[in-house]
Amino acid sequence: MEVLGLLIPVSLALGALGLVAFWWLLKKGQFDDPEGDAHRILRDDYDDKPK
Amino acid sequence: MTALADPARPSACPACDVAPLAEQVAGAAPVQARLMIAVPGIHCAGCISGVERVLHALPGVRDARVNLTLRRVAVEADLDVDADTLCHALTDAGFEAHALDPGVLAATEIDAKGRALLMRLAVAVFAMMNVMLLSVAVWSGAEGVTRDMMHWISAAIAIPAVIFTGQPFYASAFAALKAGRLNMDVPITLAIVLAVGTSLYETMLSGEHAYFDAAIALCTFLLAGRYLDHRTRANARSAAQELAALEVPRALRITGEGTQTVSVADVRPGDLVRVLPGGRIPVDGVLRDGATELDRSIMTGETLPAVAGPGDVVHAGEANLTGAITVEVQAAGRDTELSRIADLVAVAEAGRNNYTSLADAAAKLYAPGVHIISALAAVGWFLATMDLRVALNIAAAVLIITCPCALGLAVPAVTTAASARLFRKGLLIKSGTALERLAQVDTVVFDKTGTLTDGAPVALGLERLSDADQGVALALAQGSAHPLAQSMARGLADLGVSPVALDAVQEHPGFGLEGQWRGQTVRLGRAGWVRAEALATTATYLKIGEGAAQAIAFDDTIRTGAEALVAGLKAQGKRVILLSGDVEAAVSAFAARIGITEVMAEARPEAKAKVIGALRDSGAKVLMVGDGMNDTAALTAADVSISPATALEAARAASDMVLTGGSLAPILDAMATSVAARKRIKENFTIASVYNLLAVPLAVAGLCSPLIAALAMSSSSLTVSLNALRLR
Repeated sequence: MEVLGLLIPVSLALGALGLVAFWWLLKKGQFDDPEGDAHRILRDDYDDKPK
Repeated sequence: MTALADPARPSACPACDVAPLAEQVAGAAPVQARLMIAVPGIHCAGCISGVERVLHALPGVRDARVNLTLRRVAVEADLDVDADTLCHALTDAGFEAHALDPGVLAATEIDAKGRALLMRLAVAVFAMMNVMLLSVAVWSGAEGVTRDMMHWISAAIAIPAVIFTGQPFYASAFAALKAGRLNMDVPITLAIVLAVGTSLYETMLSGEHAYFDAAIALCTFLLAGRYLDHRTRANARSAAQELAALEVPRALRITGEGTQTVSVADVRPGDLVRVLPGGRIPVDGVLRDGATELDRSIMTGETLPAVAGPGDVVHAGEANLTGAITVEVQAAGRDTELSRIADLVAVAEAGRNNYTSLADAAAKLYAPGVHIISALAAVGWFLATMDLRVALNIAAAVLIITCPCALGLAVPAVTTAASARLFRKGLLIKSGTALERLAQVDTVVFDKTGTLTDGAPVALGLERLSDADQGVALALAQGSAHPLAQSMARGLADLGVSPVALDAVQEHPGFGLEGQWRGQTVRLGRAGWVRAEALATTATYLKIGEGAAQAIAFDDTIRTGAEALVAGLKAQGKRVILLSGDVEAAVSAFAARIGITEVMAEARPEAKAKVIGALRDSGAKVLMVGDGMNDTAALTAADVSISPATALEAARAASDMVLTGGSLAPILDAMATSVAARKRIKENFTIASVYNLLAVPLAVAGLCSPLIAALAMSSSSLTVSLNALRLR
């Protein structure tokens, strides 16, 4: 049972990390054009010249 | 769009005229502008690449990025690049493109409310997953101290999360209670508060059951519904604003030194405003100088241009066709006839909103219902056991298990799926209940000009003219901005005609064009002016020397998809009516072509609204499709209304749905989708009710453990969402 004392904070920290990542992506506008991004990934010229 | 886009416009500061050069030399900012262009036709990866490639290839363009979700391109370009050039390049490459006013769009760029909701949703999901994890430990048999520890940690996560994420509900519930009403948010708030309160109390007493997971799950599911709802509305709003941005209202004001381009908002009564041929009159006023023909179709629906001379009254929205005129302003901006009608529409709209949506109807039954059941359960258990703690626990359990997760998702999930589907087909839904109302329509009323037709006339029988006549006609027609002349010039050019050389070509505003050809006077214009017999239809007349005048008739082209739409509606057994402000002859000829039998011509705006009113009084559910100022009252009077993207802003504002493309075909799709959507919404309510019927007795009987509550809640929400997804 002592392992819970370690695992619960770890799981909370990981979850919080995901939350922060999501918040950052939201701020960066990564969710502004979901439809376009789904199509862009199929483009040939996209990977050649990453900006 | 940019300061340099309009050559007639001197800069606000004299130094700005040379500033771009100076800035280029110095390399100082800002030397680039951000332009926005709407590209409604794009839909795939190829289109994205195509549009971006076309724009990148143009000189002065630094960067172009397509937003496929909004069907829009943001272009970073040098200051001297103007949006019209970019649009032309895109149109030539086969992409429909319209310039947008970035000033109007700026307000919608960042959707702060949507982001806040999404952030709350993210926090709720994070908290729910962690609390659920801890709850699983409790459900699988944690005892004593371990269970208490799990409960305390759950409380530590859930309480702040619930306080933060539930704010939209608390605010709405508080507002409703303050106004003495009950809405869906009242039981939600009460359930959350009771669940967290009793759970905390139980935890303090080392109790067995805590509903922290239920409280936070409730927030999560409801926020998901709220966010879906918000996104549908935000999409519609931003697209509506995008349509508004298509019109950049400017006026040429005459000052002491010359003319000056100003915003219409800055024009004052008494100012003199110049309107060039091809422009739209920006103000209400009196014509002081010049003669011209006016296209009043947007106000009256009449296709034939009206002659106007000094002393005549003109209105904002009318198009100036042939001559440059000077107008003395009597009213501008919000005071014009145009705006007044638009305002009337806003007032009338409030009256229409008494339609009760299915969701509201459900909430009205539901909110008092659950409170009564929960209160009865509490009183019953208190009387039976004389234990307040048990009674409160039961009341909380009833409120949690009946709480409208499924109901909160039932409508937004369906409308989001339906509007996304229709948006892809080219139809934008502005009103939340429009789909529900559309599903009940049995009568469809169409306007003619600009709705069933493109509003652009096409010359008929040009090939019957002799070669010489064709050449003369083309040479004359090229000299005017009049739509009939323009359309004729296009028609003749398509036939491969080359213009003859004419001398002294002159436009007589209100009459036509005159020139000299091989010593003879040639004229193209009104019947009276060339001394010809006037036809009943729209026509222009060509007279060469002393020869007989030849009539060239015009016909409006039918909008793409219009014939299929009328046929489709009739096949479904709907009543189809054509209601136009145009003259009898033109309307009935057109109705015969498109296959509509019920026709009303020369209808004034009030008459149109009255016809719709009478139809509704007789029990019909009316869909009105129209585009002009003369249609706005009728659009508002109808049960549902649709206008094309080319419609006047007031008409678009008055309608529930806007067609984003040129075709009318999506209307049929919309009717089918609306019927399906209404069916799904009802199914969803049935699912939610069945689940409540099963779960409430359990809760009242005190058998509802947190595990059962969680399972029931999640499964009903999932079923409802999946059912809605079947619409996509």
